[in-house]
Amino acid sequence: MHNEGFFFQAFIYLTAAVLSVPIAKRLGLGSVLGYLIAGVIIGPFVLGLVGRQQEDVMHFAEFGVVMMLFLIGLELQPALLWRLRGPILGLGGLQVVVTTGAIALIAFLVGQPWQMAIAIGMALALSSTAIVLQTLNEKGLMKTEAGQASFSVLLFQDIAVIPMLALMPLLSRGASETVFASNAVILVAAETSSSLSGWQQTLLVIGIVAGIIIVGRFLMRPVFRFIADTHLREMFTATALLLVVGTALAMQTVGLSPALGTFVAGVVLAESEYRHELETDIEPFKGLLLGLFFISVGASIDFNVLFRQPLFILGLVLGLIVLKGLILFVLGRFFEQSLSQNLLFATALAQGGEFGFVLFSFAQQSNVLPPSITAPLVVVVALSMGLTPLMMIVNEQLIQPQFRSLGEGDRQPDDIDDGETPVILAGFGRFGQVVGRLLIANGFRATILDHDPSHIEMLRKFGYKVFYGDSSRIDLLHAAGAQDAKLFVVAIDDPNKALHTIDMVRKHFPHLKILARAIDRRHSYELIRKGVEVIERETFESSLMMGIEALKLLGYRAYRAHRAARTFRKHDIQAMHDMAYLHGDESGLVARSHQLSSDLREILQSDDYDLPHEIDHAWDTTDRQQDVS
Amino acid sequence: MTQPNRILVLFAHPALHKSRINSQLIRAIANLDSVTVNDLYERYPDFDIDIEREQQLLVNHEIVVFQHPFYWYSSPAILKEWQDLVLEYGFAYGHNGTALHGKKFLSAVSTGGTKQAYCREGYNYYTLRELLTPFEQTARLCGMEYLPPFVVYGTHETTNAEQIEHHADHYRTVITALRDNQINWDILPKLHRINQDLERAIVTPEVAPHA
Repeated sequence: MHNEGFFFQAFIYLTAAVLSVPIAKRLGLGSVLGYLIAGVIIGPFVLGLVGRQQEDVMHFAEFGVVMMLFLIGLELQPALLWRLRGPILGLGGLQVVVTTGAIALIAFLVGQPWQMAIAIGMALALSSTAIVLQTLNEKGLMKTEAGQASFSVLLFQDIAVIPMLALMPLLSRGASETVFASNAVILVAAETSSSLSGWQQTLLVIGIVAGIIIVGRFLMRPVFRFIADTHLREMFTATALLLVVGTALAMQTVGLSPALGTFVAGVVLAESEYRHELETDIEPFKGLLLGLFFISVGASIDFNVLFRQPLFILGLVLGLIVLKGLILFVLGRFFEQSLSQNLLFATALAQGGEFGFVLFSFAQQSNVLPPSITAPLVVVVALSMGLTPLMMIVNEQLIQPQFRSLGEGDRQPDDIDDGETPVILAGFGRFGQVVGRLLIANGFRATILDHDPSHIEMLRKFGYKVFYGDSSRIDLLHAAGAQDAKLFVVAIDDPNKALHTIDMVRKHFPHLKILARAIDRRHSYELIRKGVEVIERETFESSLMMGIEALKLLGYRAYRAHRAARTFRKHDIQAMHDMAYLHGDESGLVARSHQLSSDLREILQSDDYDLPHEIDHAWDTTDRQQDVS
Repeated sequence: MTQPNRILVLFAHPALHKSRINSQLIRAIANLDSVTVNDLYERYPDFDIDIEREQQLLVNHEIVVFQHPFYWYSSPAILKEWQDLVLEYGFAYGHNGTALHGKKFLSAVSTGGTKQAYCREGYNYYTLRELLTPFEQTARLCGMEYLPPFVVYGTHETTNAEQIEHHADHYRTVITALRDNQINWDILPKLHRINQDLERAIVTPEVAPHA
């Protein structure tokens, strides 16, 4: 690739991403759809800005999926993974087997030889880890029942790709080309080294996986500590990348999925103290590569194939989605998911996936499937992937609300059996906890709402009455007894959600006194302008306390430091209220800000002991001494 | 020689950085053996008084001193809060409230006004002893012996460092004498202030009968 070509390509991809993703996000379509649309636009069919090389880009970008699995692994404590073993093997296994069988059967019935039918079935049974997990994450649905189930199925599929690839040459009808899916090596390593016998191979595989676990468990910590001690940030990033790339390489060498390998590495490191550091370092790479991957999926959709037989292709897309969705739905029911969760689960996984591309290309090279069959099917898979975010939006906007009115939500909000309580506390994180504990310690009953299931489980173990649910939802507030409560404490950490919640409460339960946690000054301004009765900035009081301690260490007597802080506090709160009404008029704000800080400075410096005169004139006998003399 | 008396000084000054008299008085006694200075504004800047700790301190001392500037004919706010919280029924007074019985109580106050201001002809009309009667009666109710107060009058006019040093010396002398039992207890009730005539109030070691 020439340099100019490289810069041009990079420019095109980045421009497409920067333009389309924020717009898609604004329109509520989610980033994945934004990337896909960007890909379609710059692709050969619309603008033709990227041509053949986009396939290489796509294979390169598939590394984003590997990184994503590493990050997912980091989020998964081994214990949690162990708890998911049932869904992974049961739900995932059944999904792959049943879907493969069903699609293969249909293909066979329409006249394909059984080998080809099985190859098609396997390729189409797989869903898109990248699209599904990214979309679920973005919508905050990963921790729901359906999210966990989807993740389990995807994880099983990622593992299942390996035997599928191994199986493919066996399905070959002619002399298979010895060239393996070399393009696909990044995502799935298919090169089973032929020089080794079966048991040697097995030993090698076990050895490598054990190696990843041992290295991750015992070697990486001292390595990370050593690297961290250099205080070179980029070195840590490089080490993190090296870890991911190294793991991928090792897995590929023994013919295992790099995605799976990095996932294992992630799980091993999930309990290490460097977990968050690793997350922050890998995250941007993963995000960009995944974005690139989605763009290239969009760009790869061959609209010529589509327009040659539009009804046929669209029919296949629809058929694929409906069939996969139905199977998922039935399996979900079988595994006792609630109806709304099950619908989300079925919609999320009903598409074909990036592994499908790999399998098709591999099947073609292995002489299992002719191009005349793979070409339209690749388009079908790409289109089904493109439709996934749309279907999830439809599910979210049109179907799920039906359940809400029936009292069934994403996760069913708990039945709130707590009787009447005077206080509703929304958000029981580090802020809400203190409020709640204080109230409870003083014998007041509070209905607590939170939206983090794992959190709730833990709190319930300690006997707190915490309920799952989105506090901005009217039905849930009704259920929580908002009409009989007196106070509504908004202690959630999302500023916009807090404002939205307050609007809803104001509108539907005007009798409630609202106490709101303000995230920062800007948020405070908005809360003040909404007329919220009680506003506490989440860090203000603790900062003041720290200031007091600092003053004391600088020689102030404790009481003087306290008074200084109280005075400061009063001025700051007054200033905040003054500023709140200027917000929006930026120039005025800046000017006022200067004025206020100079006011404050003046006040603080107005006398020898640096405190506002009117307040600390107390206990000053100077004037009287002068009177006397 | 008998055991020295342990002395608890409850010190209340809200703005010690501006103090000229009390800062010197407290400094004069802070490091004396068997003297515990309990700096209330420093320890409880938010007025959140630890009742148990304070009661334990009282129990562990034989003599209790309230040292503070005389604000509005009384103590600074925290000392009132202290009394309200610490001198509990059942501890300091009431049927079973005998924890303080037999202890001695001393007020050590500084006043802005001169001695002349504290009489019928002066602008304060009442004498300082009259104005201190709430403290005296508090001590009495708690079964404590109320000693004539240590008073520094006319602090507004006391600007000279030597004068202040002089008061500080007296204060240390009084506290030391109280600690070492070198007080002429028979004379005390006749004194208006304990520091009005140190020669008479204090038994010097040389002439002390049991020295």
